[in-house]
Amino acid sequence: MTTASSTNFVNIGERTNVTGSARFKKLIMADDYAAAVEVARQQVENGAQVIDINMDEGLLDAERAMTTFLKLIAAEPDIARVPIMIDSSKWDVIEAGLKCVSGKPIVNSISMKEGEEPFLAHARKCMAYGAAVVVMAFDEKGQADTEDRKVEICQRAYKLLTGIGFPPEDIIFDPNVFAVATGIEEHNNYAVDFIEAVKRIKASCPHVHFSGGLSNLSFSFRGNEPVRRAMHSVFLYYAIPAGLDMAIVNAGQLDVYDTIDPELRTAVEDVILNKDPEAGERLVQLAEKYRGTDAVAEKQAAEWRGWDVIKRLEHALVKGIDAHVVDDTEEARQQIADRGGKPIEVIEGPLMDGMNVVGDLFGSGKMFLPQVVKSARVMKKAVAHLLPFIEAEKEEGARGKGKIIMATVKGDVHDIGKNIVGVVLQCNGFDVVDLGVMVPWSDILKAANENDADMIGLSGLITPSLDEMVTVAEEMQTAEMTMPLLIGGATTSKVHTALKIAPAYKGPVVHVLDASRAVGVATTLVSQTGRDAYVAKVADEYEAVRVARANKGQSALVSIEQARDNSFDADMTLKPKRPMMPGVHEFRDWDLADLRGYIDWTPFFRAWELAGVYPAILEDDVVGESARSLFADAQKMLDQIVEEQWLTARGVAGLWPCRRKGDDVIVHVADDEHVTLPFLRQQIQKRAGRANMCLADFIDRDGDWIGGFAVSIHGIDRHIARFKAEHDDYRDILLKALADRLAEAFAERLHKYVRTSLWGYAEGEQLTNEALIKEEYRGIRPAPGYPACPEHSLKPILFKMLDAHKRTGISLTESFAMLPTAAVSGFYFGHPQAEYFGVARIGRDQLEEYAGRRGVSLEQAERWLRPNLD
Amino acid sequence: MNAREKLLAEAAKRILITDGAFGTEIQNWKLDEAAYAGDLGLTKDQKGNNDILALTKPEVPESIHRAYFEAGADIAETNTFSANRISQADYAAEHLVREINVESAKMARRVADEFEAKDGRPRFVAGAIGPTNKTLSLSPDVNDPGFREIDFDELKDVYREQVDALLEGGADFILIETVFDTLNAKAGIMAVGEAADALGRDVPIMLSMTLTDLSGRNLSGHTVEAFWHAVRHARPVTIGLNCSFGAEQLRPHVATLAKLADTLIMVYPNAGLPNELGEYDEAPETTASLVGKWAQAGQVNILGGCCGSTPEHIAAIAKAVEGRAPRMLPTLEVRTRLAGLEPFTMAA
Repeated sequence: MTTASSTNFVNIGERTNVTGSARFKKLIMADDYAAAVEVARQQVENGAQVIDINMDEGLLDAERAMTTFLKLIAAEPDIARVPIMIDSSKWDVIEAGLKCVSGKPIVNSISMKEGEEPFLAHARKCMAYGAAVVVMAFDEKGQADTEDRKVEICQRAYKLLTGIGFPPEDIIFDPNVFAVATGIEEHNNYAVDFIEAVKRIKASCPHVHFSGGLSNLSFSFRGNEPVRRAMHSVFLYYAIPAGLDMAIVNAGQLDVYDTIDPELRTAVEDVILNKDPEAGERLVQLAEKYRGTDAVAEKQAAEWRGWDVIKRLEHALVKGIDAHVVDDTEEARQQIADRGGKPIEVIEGPLMDGMNVVGDLFGSGKMFLPQVVKSARVMKKAVAHLLPFIEAEKEEGARGKGKIIMATVKGDVHDIGKNIVGVVLQCNGFDVVDLGVMVPWSDILKAANENDADMIGLSGLITPSLDEMVTVAEEMQTAEMTMPLLIGGATTSKVHTALKIAPAYKGPVVHVLDASRAVGVATTLVSQTGRDAYVAKVADEYEAVRVARANKGQSALVSIEQARDNSFDADMTLKPKRPMMPGVHEFRDWDLADLRGYIDWTPFFRAWELAGVYPAILEDDVVGESARSLFADAQKMLDQIVEEQWLTARGVAGLWPCRRKGDDVIVHVADDEHVTLPFLRQQIQKRAGRANMCLADFIDRDGDWIGGFAVSIHGIDRHIARFKAEHDDYRDILLKALADRLAEAFAERLHKYVRTSLWGYAEGEQLTNEALIKEEYRGIRPAPGYPACPEHSLKPILFKMLDAHKRTGISLTESFAMLPTAAVSGFYFGHPQAEYFGVARIGRDQLEEYAGRRGVSLEQAERWLRPNLD
Repeated sequence: MNAREKLLAEAAKRILITDGAFGTEIQNWKLDEAAYAGDLGLTKDQKGNNDILALTKPEVPESIHRAYFEAGADIAETNTFSANRISQADYAAEHLVREINVESAKMARRVADEFEAKDGRPRFVAGAIGPTNKTLSLSPDVNDPGFREIDFDELKDVYREQVDALLEGGADFILIETVFDTLNAKAGIMAVGEAADALGRDVPIMLSMTLTDLSGRNLSGHTVEAFWHAVRHARPVTIGLNCSFGAEQLRPHVATLAKLADTLIMVYPNAGLPNELGEYDEAPETTASLVGKWAQAGQVNILGGCCGSTPEHIAAIAKAVEGRAPRMLPTLEVRTRLAGLEPFTMAA
C-alpha cells in the first residue's frame, strides 16, 4: 500500500508554491509564467487532486503574482479541472485570488491569531465567495504545539464558525505539523501530539477534515531526501488512520511504507512515535548513511531529455513516457521535413524502430503487457499528432504488416482480452479494425471484405460464444472465404477449436492462447515463406487432438437414476435459520471505498497476463517490477474512481422460502408465485464415498431458504470514451479490469452482508480479505454459467425473481451475457455443507429429462447444454 | 411567509410554470426606431434595445406578461436581461439602468398581482439578470490568456446596481440566468448577498446555467455538477438550466442535476434548435411532450421556455404537466464538495 494513495486521502500538489519549490520561485521571479503554468499541469498529470498556489515571497508582489497565475491556469482546462487551494498568510492576497477562481476553492488559511473578529470576518468572506477553508490551530496566544492546545483551539474555532452558519464540512483543520528530532527535548512528542489531537478533534467536531504540511516534520534533515521521504511516509502511515485526510505533499516523493529499508523505517518510527528520548539521536546517526543515495537515479531520469530526438522517441516508447512525445514527434517531423522528407517517415523510421524494440523485449519476456500497452499509448499520441500532416500531404498511409478484423461475437460483451490483443498487434505494425462487441457474423464478414483483410480474430468470454464462433466459421465457409480465422478468449481452447470450429471452415483456423502469442501467429500467417508450413502444422496438431479425443476412453457416465441414488446427503439438522430480513433488498449506490478493501487482485494481474499470486507477485523476480508499476497505476485510478465517483455500484439481493423437489428447487417468491429452479446433477462415475452432486442436495425437502443476487458497476462508458479520445488504451483497459474487480468485490461484500446481516446465519463472522478470497466462509454463491450450475439460461429466471433489470440496470443479451460487463449474479446456499463442484459431462438421459423439466424442445436444451454434452 | 417560503409551499403542491421568450414576442410588434427611442433623446439608435421598452413602449412588455400569465405561468421574469450598465453602454443608455429595472419590475409586479387577485393562486416576479457580454474567466485575446476585460469587483458593482433597482420595483427573487461563465455568476451572487445585507432581509436567488456544448459544460468549462458545487453557497431557491439547446439535448443534464441538487429545479429550454434560417420552429406540443417526460420522471419543479418559445408553448407545457407530482427534494449526505471545472467530492 502506498500511504499517499490510501482511500479517501487527498493529494494536494505543492510544486506551485514559491515557499516550497525553488524552481517555481525562480520561474515566477523571472516572470516566466508560461513555464510556471507547466509546473501546475505536471502536478495535475501526476495525480494532484487539488493544487496549492502560494506566492508569499518578500520580493514579489504576491497579489499580482497570485491573480496573474490564477487567470492563466483558468485558461488551461486540463489544469483548471481540479479545485484550487489559495495559499497565503496575507488575507489581501487570498481575497484577490478568490476573485479569480471560478469553481469552489479552498482558502489556506485563516486563524484566530488576530482575535475572533477578523477570524469571523474572513470566514464570512469565504462563505460569500463560496470557498472551503483551512483553519490553522493558532490563537491570540500563538500557535498550538501540545495536543491539548491543538484540541482547545480547534474546538473553539469550530464553535465560532458553525455559530455563523459556516458549513462544518467546509472546515479543514491544520493542527500544525512541527519538526521532530531537532535535538530539543520538548519537540520530541510533536508528531504524537498532532496525531492524538486529530483523533480528539475528529470525534468532537463532526464533518471536519484535516490537513497538514509535511515538510516541516523533517526540517532537521534538509538535504537528505531519502530520510525525509521515509519520515513523511511513516508519519502518514499513522496520521491517516487517525483522520488526516489531506496533506500538502509531493506524491511522487513518498515511499511505499513496506519498501522503506527496515532499519531506517524502525528508526523513523521511533522518532515519529516518540518511543524513547534517544530516538532522535539514533536517526541523526543513521541518516548519514542515506544522504545522497537518490541523486544518481534522479540524474539518470533527467538525462535522457538531453539526447538526440530519435533516441528520445525510442526511449519514450520503451519506457512508456508520454509526457514529451508530442513535442518530440514534432521535432522529429521538422527535422525530417528540413531534409526534404515526409511526415510518414517519422512513423516508418524512429517510431517503428522504437516499437520494434518494444516488440522484441516483449517477445523475449523482458517486458510485460502493462508496459507494452503504455508504449502503445505513446505511439498513438505520436501518430495522432502526425496524422493531420500526413493527410495534408495526401500520402497514402503505409500499409502495415497486415490487416486484422477483430470482434467479440454476437451475444457477448466482454472485450478486455480482445482490446489487449488489438493493442499488441498494433504495436507490432498490424492494422487492426476493431468492430467492438456483440458483432453479428454478417458484419464481421462484411468488414473483412470491405477492408480487404488478411485475417479475422474472434473473441468471447462466455460459453455460448463458443457456438457463435462456430457459426461465424460456417458462414465464412458458405461465403467461400479463405483468410485465416483466429480464435481467442477465456472460454476458448485448443480442444474446442480443433473439435468444433476448425471442421466448420476450410481456411486456416488457429487458437491463440494469449496476447503474447498473437503477434507470432499473425506474423507467420502474413509471411510469404512461413505461412503454408505453419498452417499445415496447426492443421496436423488439431487433427491429432481430434484423433486423441476420439480414441480417449471418456470417463464413464452413470444413468441419471444411479446418480440420484448416489446424491449428497446433507445433514438437514444443520440447515440455516430463517433469514433476519427475507425478501428483496436493493442497493443503489454501495460505497466504492468500502468495496475497494474486498478486491481480489490475483485475477487482475492475470487479466494483464502477469502470472502470480497477489501480494507475492509484487516481489516476483521476473514480473515484480511490472506488477508493482501496474498496481501503482491501478491504485491511482481507484483513488480517482472512489473520490471523483466515476462509477456506481448497484446491487440487489433476495432471500426466499423454498423446498426441494427432486433436482428442482421450488422457490416461493411471493404468496402465489412459485418459481422452479432446475439444477443439473453430476453423472460421472464416482469412486466409493463420493457423491454425484447437485445444488438441490443442499436444500431441505421439508422447507428451507435460498437466496439470489445480482451486482454491477455502472458508469465506465464516459471515461472509456474520454480515454479513447486521448488515445489511451492503457487506462481504457485498466478501468475495465478495475470495474470487473469491483463487481467481484461487490459480490463478495454483499455475500458477507447477507451472511452476517440479511440472512444472519453467520452473525459474528470475522474474516480477513485473504480468508474471503479463499472462501473460508459458510455457504456458497454459485453463478449461472459456472461449473456448479453451468446453465446460463437460469439468469433470466433469477433476474425475474430479483426484478434485477429494474433494480440494478443490468440487462441480458440473447446469449445471457450481462451488460454492463462488470456484473456478477448467482444464488445463495446457506447450508454449512454446501460446496462448489463442477457438473461436467452429463448423459443424454438427463438432457432429455431436463428439456422436459424446462418445457423446451430437445434442440433448445442441447444448445443450452452443449458445453456439458459429449 | 416570505417569498422563499411561499414559492417552496407552492412548489410542494405542483409543478410550477415560468414564462417564455420576450425577444420573439416583441418582434411580432414590428416596432420601428421611433417606437423604441420614444422621447428619451438618446444619442444612439435604440432599435433592438428590448429592455428600454419599459420606458418608451411599456404596453409591449406588459401585454407579453399578460399573455404568459393567461397561458398558465406562475412566474414572470422581468424583461431586463440586458438592463445592466455594460450592455446598455452599447445604446448610450447606462444612466437609465436604474429606471429600466425599477419600471420593469413594477410592471411585472402589477400584472402578477392582478392575476393573483383574480384567482387567488400566488404569482411571482423573478428579477432577471443576464450575464453581460463580458466574462471574468476568459480572455478575449487569444495571445494573452491572462488578460480580462473586466474584474470581479467591477462586475459585482454592475450587478449590484441592477439588483437594487429590481428589488425596489418589487421583484420576489433575483434570477441570475443564462450563466455561461460561472465566475460571473459568483459575482452576481455576491452582489445579491450585499444587497440583501443592506436591506436586512432574505433575497432568494434563482440560478440558471446555460450549456454551450452537448457534453454538458458552459463556456467557462464547468460541468453541471461542478457548477452546482461552485454556487451552492448562494442557497439558491432554484437551480437549473436555460437556453442552451432544445429540451431533447438538455435531457441527460437535467437528469444529472435533479439527482444532485437539494433545491428546486427550474428548466426553461429553447424551443428546439434553430433551423437553417435561425428560426425556432419546434411545435408547442413537441416541446411540451419533451419537457413533460422530465415531469414524468420526477426531475423538475418549475418549467418554462427560452428562445423561440411563445405563450402557446407555455400553455402546452402547463397542460402537459397539470396534475403531475412535482420532484421531491433529495436529502444530500454531508460531504465536502469542491470544484474546479470538474466536481471533487471528498469522502466523509
